[in-house]
Formats: sequence, structure tokens, C-alpha cells
Amino acid sequence: MTKAFPFSAIVGQEEMKQAMILTAIDPGIGGVLVFGDRGTGKSTAVRGLAALLPPISAVAGCPVNSATPEEVPDWAKVHETHLVEKPTPVIDLPLGATEDRVVGALDIEKALTQGEKAFEPGLLARANRGYLYIDEVNLLEDHLVDLLLDVAQSGENVVEREGLSIRHAARFVLVGSGNPEEGELRPQLLDRFGLSVEVTSPTDIDTRIEVVRRRDAFDRDRAGFLKTWHKEDMALRDRIVAARATLDGVEAGDAVLRDCAELCVALGSDGLRGELTLLRAARALAAFEGAADVTRDHVKSVAASALRHRLRRDPLDEAGSTTRVARTVEEVLA
Amino acid sequence: MTSGEERWTQATLALACFALDPAASGGIWLRARSGPVRDRFTDGLTQALSGQKIRRLHPAIGDDALFGGVDLSATLAQSRVVKTAGLLGEPAVLILPMAERAKPGLAARLAAALDGPVPLSLVALDEGAEPGEALPGALADRLALHLDLDDLPLGEAPEISLSPDDLAEARQLLPQVTLPDSAIEEMAEVAHKLGVRSLRAPLQALAVARASAALYGENEVDQPDLITAVELVLAPRATQIPAAPEEEPEAPPDPDPPENGDSEPDDTDTETPPIPAEILLEAARAMLPPDLLERLAASRATRMAHTSAGSGARRKGNRRGRPMPSRPGHPGGEARVDLVASLRAAAPWQPIRREATGQPDRLHIRTSDLRLRQFEERSDRAIIFLVDASGSAALSRLAEAKGAVELLLAEAYARRDHVALIAFRGAEAEILLPPTRSLVQTKRRLGGLPGGGGTPLASGLKAALDLAELARGKGMTPSIALLTDGRANIALDGSADRVRAAEDATQIARAIRGRGISGLVIDMGNRATPNLADLAREMAVSYLALPRADAHMLSRAVDDALEPVS
Repeated sequence: MTKAFPFSAIVGQEEMKQAMILTAIDPGIGGVLVFGDRGTGKSTAVRGLAALLPPISAVAGCPVNSATPEEVPDWAKVHETHLVEKPTPVIDLPLGATEDRVVGALDIEKALTQGEKAFEPGLLARANRGYLYIDEVNLLEDHLVDLLLDVAQSGENVVEREGLSIRHAARFVLVGSGNPEEGELRPQLLDRFGLSVEVTSPTDIDTRIEVVRRRDAFDRDRAGFLKTWHKEDMALRDRIVAARATLDGVEAGDAVLRDCAELCVALGSDGLRGELTLLRAARALAAFEGAADVTRDHVKSVAASALRHRLRRDPLDEAGSTTRVARTVEEVLA
Repeated sequence: MTSGEERWTQATLALACFALDPAASGGIWLRARSGPVRDRFTDGLTQALSGQKIRRLHPAIGDDALFGGVDLSATLAQSRVVKTAGLLGEPAVLILPMAERAKPGLAARLAAALDGPVPLSLVALDEGAEPGEALPGALADRLALHLDLDDLPLGEAPEISLSPDDLAEARQLLPQVTLPDSAIEEMAEVAHKLGVRSLRAPLQALAVARASAALYGENEVDQPDLITAVELVLAPRATQIPAAPEEEPEAPPDPDPPENGDSEPDDTDTETPPIPAEILLEAARAMLPPDLLERLAASRATRMAHTSAGSGARRKGNRRGRPMPSRPGHPGGEARVDLVASLRAAAPWQPIRREATGQPDRLHIRTSDLRLRQFEERSDRAIIFLVDASGSAALSRLAEAKGAVELLLAEAYARRDHVALIAFRGAEAEILLPPTRSLVQTKRRLGGLPGGGGTPLASGLKAALDLAELARGKGMTPSIALLTDGRANIALDGSADRVRAAEDATQIARAIRGRGISGLVIDMGNRATPNLADLAREMAVSYLALPRADAHMLSRAVDDALEPVS
């Protein structure tokens, strides 16, 4: 596999980069949804992120990347017990993928040739402890969306079909991207994404030139370009690793909790998922910035990403949800 | 529009640039009907690519063929695993005929493959006849060269003969071609001014400029190469007409100082050399089709129509839905083998086959035993609102119809509804909203719609019928909700003749009944109109008099009256 475009070399799109870094620090935030125009670096960012993340250690040959030999599911028939380092998996879920490929299915090959009932793991197994990337998520078939919802929520993939009864861990960060003009996403799935970002093509000519220049340099001399940016990528990785270590120690005081709650009440977001995500994202940001406590500024910085997609849709309000969040943040956290 | 010969020269040049380094430019999107002109182009392509692998795909190609899979029949016959190789696994030039029929799923896969590590390129042969049919956007964005050879007379398209030696020479030169730094800025700027939002386009333009330089035996990308690149890559993607030179002061303040680069050709004979980006813009302007704005509107409509409905998405098939009895068939593509049914089918034959083959210790399964799963699925409903926008009462009716459409759409997801809106007024009907589920798009399109004029009921019904057929072709179940006060006074041919108008309307109403399309006629006149009830009878749909209906009542009435999806 050739190397991806370095994450730190992506020009602009700060909100998207921030959201991805936050989920890398705290996977519990629960996924990123990136909506925006074509050719704005959505896929590039996801692939760059993969190269940026610290490797995970997993049992050799385990199809679900188990961290310890005890966690390896029985059906995998893995006899190895030693651990190997592998890159954080970033798995593409292609549009139109069949259910079999996603959840896994009976291994037809083995069944017909050897008469053996074996399970062939799907994409969800491979994505465990990593990222699952869905491009054009808004065009995904409904039944797959339902299925992903289920698994993303429970962290476990249960396969009951064709005489198989299999379950395995499937904890992953869902990253979806798409173009809202081509169709809407179900509110139920929207809500399940922790953060949502809107990206647009940069309109500033200098930014555009810089994007083209960097990409061209990358295409011409991949190795050289990667070398140039390697240091920055590594510095970012170190910050992520450091933030992961300090994450649990970051304090969130009552004042911050009150801020989160007031913001969500003012915006009328359904359920309590808004508050929880807002707090987690703010804490991850605080850890990333090396702060000891979560402050109001942290909450403000992540409010748009964490709440934008949780507003109840009002067909009569012409203002975009980004504006509505910004307006409310100004009012509540003045 | 440039003359035919010029277009053909452009196409030949594009072909040569593509052939030099297919993977760098991503590919060609060729819009042309199948015919001798296209054949000449593809012949030229094959010739220019001699020595490279060319693979032909088709729009319904399955994952097995793309990524490789188990060859089930061979596996069974030889009783060992036989695998087929995937088409996307090795460097190749992929040719996709009937590209307009490619489903979003295939487009996404091919797009991912083009982005991937294997050097692949794609030539999409788009045979779309209507402006509505086109290559999915995800793919079009990744193909550098967009060509349109439709309506090109054969006489103006001589056979392409590219010398393989020249190409080989240019190919050798290509890696050494350098690019002046200013070119990047110019390309980004021109793309911006043409309203090309994707950032892939300027990059592809640079690749084409390099190829063009190599083609002419140059070591450095020069002004003419950049012009070629702009003409071939950026101009066809333009979404706005750049400000003409006269309006220059109004245009963005010139971001790169003139005389910045040495990219100005020495042999140019212009007396007052304008800044480089301006030359490029001028070239692009010359290439812009005159009907740019119309096309843009059409393509936007397509995008909606396509994506909300999923181009040709199959709603009944063997992938999902309620299970039905298995059927015999050949596995492949997306079909799933029903293992138990297959074994059951094979069971009775075991003793005979064991004897026949002399292999008593194995299970004998033949291809004919295989059973595929079948599912039945409820198809999505497409409610077509046909709204009378004529006369004085039109405005209020239209507002109610808009409200009803929005209300239905707001709940569309759960009910599997797509909603379309057609208005008729003056001399003809207009499709305001192709079947969609997108609230964002709908609100944008419902904005200002004028009312007033005659009542071309027949044209309206015809438009609704056509749209219903289209929706059915895409696997939806169409229904027509007609909102009118029933005083048809414009005939199909546009003449103001009450009698003919009524006859035409009746005729089309019968056609609608003939196709078995369900529906509802809502009489919104102040008094019930008898001939509307007649019309409803001709259409074999229910009739409802609803004077002064509001949006909520309307949406409820439509929902109640239309039969549940079956």
C-alpha cells in the first residue's frame, strides 16, 4: 500500500481535522460525520489519519484485532498467543457492499469444498479497535444503516444466520462523509455520530493555490514530501498519545457541566446524547491542549461539531444549523 | 460552439494526453451515442494504448468480477477452490460503456479504486440521451478529460492515427517535464474564476499540461500547454462564465503580480501581453458552450433525480427484503446462494452420481443444483403532485401544494415516499421537482413559482404520466395527485380550444388508467366540478372535493387516499 497524503499537510479544514483528532484521543466520542462538497479532502483526511495514529498491538492472526489472547473469539481458531504491532485499522465500507461482506457470513468456499461450517469475518471484524469509513454515507442502503447503528451502539457484532451463531467485538469509530445535496441522512443515524462537520471548498485563492501546490508536490515526489511532513505528523501523533494518557485526569467542573446542559436545552436537542458528547469532546480538546481543566472556551470550540446535527429539523427555519448553534452559543455562553 | 473539426482535434489531443500517462489523468468521460464517430475514437484509443491492458466493464458488473472471487462452478467441478482474478487488482485502462447506467454503488467502488494504489484509469462511455442521464458525479470528478462528441458528423471526424513511436518517445520524456511554479497559481486561479469548486480539477489540469508538453517534445510546461489543459480539463467543468476582460476591474484584485513567471512564450506575437491567467481564461471562455447555464440547471436536476432515486436501483431482487422461495440460477454478482436449498436439491441425486463418477466418499453437487435466494421488497412510493397553477386562485393553491409536499417530505423517510411536483400553467407543464426525498433541495426549488395563465390540463397529465413511468423504471411505485379546478382550456398542442383540451385530457387520463397508476383527483374549486369527477373515473382513481384545503388536510387526504404500497 502506498503512503497516504500526510494529515498535517492538509491545508485549512480546521474543524474537520480537529474533530478527527478528538475521536483519535477519545474513541468514545462516537464517530465523525463530514458533509460537504466533492474534492475538499474528506477522504484524504481519513486516510491521512490512519497513517498518523499510533499502532495497536494485537494477537497475531486474529481477525478482530484482539488485544489479548483471552479476547480472541473461539470461532477464529487462532492458536498464536504473541502480540504484534499493526497500524490502526481504517476500513472502507464501500457503497453497495452486501450485508455478508459487512457482518461476515458462512464461508461458502469451505462449506462446499470441505463440508465445514466456518465463519468468514466481514468488514466489521476488521474494523474493530479502529475506524470504519463510509464515503457517501447518505446513499448507503437502509438495511445496512440499521445494521451499523446496532453494532455501533452495542460494540458487538452478532451474526445469526445460515446456521451460524457468532458474536465478536466490533468497537470502531464511524467516519461518514457525503454531500447533503444528494440525499439526507436519517435522523436516527445522524444522532449516532458524535461529531459532525461541514466542509466547503476554500474560496480563498491563496488557500486553493496552496492546496494544489502541496498535492502536486506530493504526486511528483512522494517520498520527499512525506519526509518533509513526517516530523509534523509525528509531533501530532505524540500530542495525541500524550492527550490519551492525560484524558482521564482532565477535570470538568460543575460550571462546565451547567454550560453544556444550558446549551443543549437552549437548542432543544433530543435526549442527553448532546450533553454527553459535548462534554467528552471538550475534555478531549482540553487534554489535547494540555489543560488541566475543561473550560468554557473548550466547550465553545466543540459546540458546533457536537450539536449541529442534533437540532430538531424545522422546515420553516431557513438559517442553517451551524448558524443556529453559533447564535445560541453566543447567547448562552456570552 | 466550436466547429466539428475543432472539436475532433480537441478530442484527439485529449486522447493523446490521456494515452501518455493514463493513471495520472484519471480518465476520460466521453459523452457520445454509440456510433461510427465514437467507434473511431475508441479505435484510436485502443491503438494509442497498445501494450497496455484494456479491460471492459459493464454497469451491472459484480464484486466478483471487480475484486475477484470464488468461481463456484469450477470449484464444484474440480472439488478444489478455483478463484477468479479481479479486474481492479492490476494496472489497466478500464472502459465502461453505458456509464450513465452505473449505479452509485459501482461508482463508489470505481472511485475508490481510482484513488487507490493500483494505477488504474477509466474511460467512461456515456450514452445518455436525455440531459438527465449522466455519469455519477463521484466518477466524473475523478476523470480529468470531459469530452462531448454528440452530434459530431462523421465527415468531420477523420480516423485517428497516433504514431506509437512518437507516443513512446513522449512517454519517456514525461517524467522530466518540469512545471513553472507560477503555473500552479494560474491553474488554481482559473479554476476558481470558472467556478470549478473541486480541487481535483486544477491538479488534473496540471497533469494534462505536463502530458501536452511531453507530446510536443518540450522539457518544460509552456503557455500553450496550459491553454490546452484549461480547454480540456477546466472549461468543460465551468459552472460560471468568468467576467469578461472589459469587466476586469470588477473581477478579484489580481492575485499574482504580472510578469511574475517566465511562462510567457517568447514567440507570442501579441503586442500587449495580458497576465498569464487572463490568457488562460480567454481560452476557457472560447471553449464554454453557449448553453452553459441551461446545462447546469439540467445537471443539477439530474443529480437530484439520480441520487434520491438511486439510478436504476433495483427494488425487487435477490439481496434483501422478505425472503421468498429460492430459485435455481447461476451464482455471481450480488446473488446469494441458499445453501440448504441447494443441498436439498442435490440430495436425491447422490446415489446416482456416486455410481456414475465412482467417487462414493464425497458430496456431488452440480451447478444445476444451486439455488439462489430471492427476496421481495416493498418498493418506495413516489407521489407526483400535479398542481394547477393557472388563473387567479392559483397562488393560494400552489402555496397549499407546496406546504403539503414539505409535510410529506418531512416524514418521507419513515414512509418510503419520494415526492415530485409538476405545475401546469400557460401553455405547458413544468417539472418543478423530480422525485426526491431531500428536504434541502425541495425548499430551494419550491421558492418562487409564478401562477396565472391558461389551464393546459392535458399537458400536465402527460408530464405526470411520463414522470410516473420514469419513477416506475427506477423501481418506485408512482401515484399521481392532481390538484385543479378542472377547467381545461389549452389542448395538448398548445392551442386555446376548450373542446379539444377536454378531449386530450380524457385521452391521457385513459392512458394513465391503462398503465395502472394509482392516484387521486382533488377538486379545489369553490364548487364541485362534475367533469373532474368524470376525469377521475377515466383515470380510475378516487375523486375528492376539497375547497379551501390547507396543507395539513391535503397531506392527510393524499396519504389516506393513496393505496398502501404493495
